[in-house]
Amino acid sequence: MSKFKKKKSEGQPAISTASLPDIVFMLLFFFMVVTVMRQNTLMVQNKLPYADQVEKLDKKDLVMYIYAGKPSPRYQQTFGKEARIQLNDKFASVGEVQQFIFSERETKREELIPYLTTALKVDEETNMGLVSDIKQELRKAEALKINYTTKEGDALQNMQ
Amino acid sequence: MARREAPEVNAGSMADIAFLLLIFFLVTTTIETDSGISRKLPPWQPEEQDPPVIKERNIFQVLVNSNNQLLVEDEEMEIEELRQAAVEFIDNGGGTGDEACDFCQGPGDANSSVNPQKAIISLVNNRGTEYGTYIAVQNELVAAYNQLRDREAQRLFGTSFTAMEAKYNDSRTSEGAKETLKERIELIKDMIPQKLSEAEPTS
Repeated sequence: MSKFKKKKSEGQPAISTASLPDIVFMLLFFFMVVTVMRQNTLMVQNKLPYADQVEKLDKKDLVMYIYAGKPSPRYQQTFGKEARIQLNDKFASVGEVQQFIFSERETKREELIPYLTTALKVDEETNMGLVSDIKQELRKAEALKINYTTKEGDALQNMQ
Repeated sequence: MARREAPEVNAGSMADIAFLLLIFFLVTTTIETDSGISRKLPPWQPEEQDPPVIKERNIFQVLVNSNNQLLVEDEEMEIEELRQAAVEFIDNGGGTGDEACDFCQGPGDANSSVNPQKAIISLVNNRGTEYGTYIAVQNELVAAYNQLRDREAQRLFGTSFTAMEAKYNDSRTSEGAKETLKERIELIKDMIPQKLSEAEPTS
């Protein structure tokens, strides 16, 4: 009568943990693949133009970043659609660029200051008026080494 | 038939496999570096200065208007043609006597530049010009200079100028090799200096 009864009844068997590493590593790889390192959260649209005569910007600690472009859709309510400058994590006006350069310089060692480069990450639809205003400010702040950050590709794509 | 207990999977080698993968990724990952066109701005000069006198023939004028159209030497031009036009201007070599250019291959036109050291490209853009267009123009002009520098480096040293620069910036190059490379790069830069002048944008 008790043919189908369990033979043993020593409690539940232990759950196998052999697949746990798999799960953990799956997560690790997922994050490894999707992670992009960036220092600032972008608040402007930043579709960089293409160029092929480019130089690499090594030594990231010697680079100051200035972003410019239209505010991202979620900031357009408050800041409008006119192209703006972003320094660190805030929108800024042209007049604040000099101050930004000086404060960035203060965080660097003195002997490195001549090697500082300013990377301009400007959206390709921005008007040159804003870009030249930034350049004028950089000249006044004596930050003369600049780099127009671009994506690698045929420059003629910019014209379309 | 009696049900058999499933045998335990041996997970001992799991860690090895995972570490193998981890090390593979560690070795192959490169953190993305930005790249772009490097430029040097002229120092700020508060007071108006008299511009130096430059002969008309030594200036190559590029105007970009707010509709992203190009006017090169008073003629409309498509961006595709800009590089060739700039190369022809720099490489013209119309000078005689002291101003003669001994390596230029241009036709020596009397209305174009005398030699690459004297040739100046003047870029004027409008405040309404799109940044993308501006970068495209900059890119083409830099490309024109690089094309000529490559040609001369090829002739003198058997490698291209861009390759020499890349090797110079590579940290794996030995100090001794860097020394010679630097000399050669400087020589080419002296032969064909990048003289790109940017005026304040018109509005």
